[in-house]
Amino acid sequence: MTSPAITSTRPTIKFDRISVILWIGAAVLFAGVFAYGGYLITVMQLAMIYGVFCIGLNFFMGYTGQASFGQNAFAAIGGYGTAILCVQYNMEPVLALVTSMVVAGVAALVVGYPTLRLRGHYLAMATFALGLITYDISVQWTSLTQGYMGYAGIPPLGIGSYTIEDERMKLVCLTVLALIGLWISQRLRNSRFGRALRAISGSEPGAAALGIKISRYKLIAFVIAALYASASGSLFAHTVGFISPEVFGLHMVVVTFTMLYVGGVGTIAGPLVGAIVASLLPEIVRSTGRFQDVAYAAILLLMLIFAPKGLYAVGDLFRSRKVDKPETRA
Amino acid sequence: MTTASATPLIAVSELAARYGHIHALHPTSLYVAPGEFVTILGPNGAGKTTLLRAITRLIASSGHITFNGRDVTGLKTHQLAELGIIMAPEGRGLFGDMTVRENLVLGAFKAKPGELSGRLDKVFTLFPRLHERLDQIASSMSGGEQQMLAVGRALMADPKLLILDEPSLGLAPRVASEILSTLGLLNKEGLGILLVEQKAPLALKLAQRVYILSSGSIQAELPTNQIKSYHDLARYYFH
Repeated sequence: MTSPAITSTRPTIKFDRISVILWIGAAVLFAGVFAYGGYLITVMQLAMIYGVFCIGLNFFMGYTGQASFGQNAFAAIGGYGTAILCVQYNMEPVLALVTSMVVAGVAALVVGYPTLRLRGHYLAMATFALGLITYDISVQWTSLTQGYMGYAGIPPLGIGSYTIEDERMKLVCLTVLALIGLWISQRLRNSRFGRALRAISGSEPGAAALGIKISRYKLIAFVIAALYASASGSLFAHTVGFISPEVFGLHMVVVTFTMLYVGGVGTIAGPLVGAIVASLLPEIVRSTGRFQDVAYAAILLLMLIFAPKGLYAVGDLFRSRKVDKPETRA
Repeated sequence: MTTASATPLIAVSELAARYGHIHALHPTSLYVAPGEFVTILGPNGAGKTTLLRAITRLIASSGHITFNGRDVTGLKTHQLAELGIIMAPEGRGLFGDMTVRENLVLGAFKAKPGELSGRLDKVFTLFPRLHERLDQIASSMSGGEQQMLAVGRALMADPKLLILDEPSLGLAPRVASEILSTLGLLNKEGLGILLVEQKAPLALKLAQRVYILSSGSIQAELPTNQIKSYHDLARYYFH
């Protein structure tokens, strides 16, 4: 009889040289940021927040292979939900975060059910419209959102009397939350559910022919992405203490797309890697003065040309070369 | 010999499909009896793939379909798969960036966890090469191995009716023969098979009945033991 080792599709964790180098690199980076402090801490905080957003977006765009330009709408629900509940109703930050996630999840369910009947460019345009509508609501519904004035005085994350005020502690907290998000993503990707999503990405007719209900799985992926987006919106509000419509506008769509593709769409850790790289890169090229935008764009283009599957997939490239060497073959 | 008098495994009645204004499949009727091996032959562009896609609801179609006596006309592709109508599509339809193991396990998507092991054993018995390549990425395998995986994945779903669209396409004659022989073995075990194939000699060795499709219509239905020479088929091909 076939052993469980054969029936299990869960990949075993391989601590090869490339993985160890990556982990050491990440540890050195965080240690450096902690030691240097100052503005870099804020940059890394935002990288972790965007990382959470991108890990969620990866469920829909990476694993399931669908296009969504409107996940910023759910980040706005998370951000404004948290702000309103905490400032107006004195709700606990964690409770406000969870409540906003539930609202965003229900909104994604309601919006996604009809929208996800569309495919390809039509789906992309419909989700893009969703983001624009949410942006307009956040600008125009001033009695609720305070319009362009934005919401200030949002309390930091915390439970009861314990609040996380220290910037380094905020970064630790955000990093832990991003890693939890990554762990959930990894577990789900390698589950029966994750395989169904990846099958849909590979071939919708092929997946349906195996008994996978396409519409249901797409909707679940869309809702999961919305939950992550909402959480990132709430985390932004609690970390920065202020939100305005611009935070969740078109800029967020462009930035998160860049992060996702630079890191590696469809890979497990790619979204977080992309968020860190795309957040740090502007700081690195700042020394080029007025050419910094040109330098930033040029580096991004080079990354996409030479690592089209994302930076996270570069490690796999080295691994496959190593396997191809004749002396390493079994 | 199997006859239409018993309740057929699948019966298709007046099934028609079109792409835009083009009628790719004119109202067509056919059946497969339980445990029967039926082949659909026809030239390129005859509507063979369209017919299979219409049966499995991968494209919109009109007409009626019954499966084991139950009207399944309104069901969607995934619901037909749950009933046991499983198709290995043209071009294999593998998930190329997944491993052999993941592809096979996906085939048993609707199976209970306890059923997985037995089904894998059966597939490995038929195609031992898949067992050797469990962790290989599907797209990196040879054409023959990919076709074995496509059939193996379909078998993982424990089909009642296995539908195959040109499994020999692009394969060396020896490999094609090997795969079709395996289908013959499965049929002897009682599996109903509906095969679309261009390589008539191979298909006719295995099938009990053959439908000849040309210009979107069935031109003839013949028991294979009544086909004396391939010239008998040619006149239907060039209808």
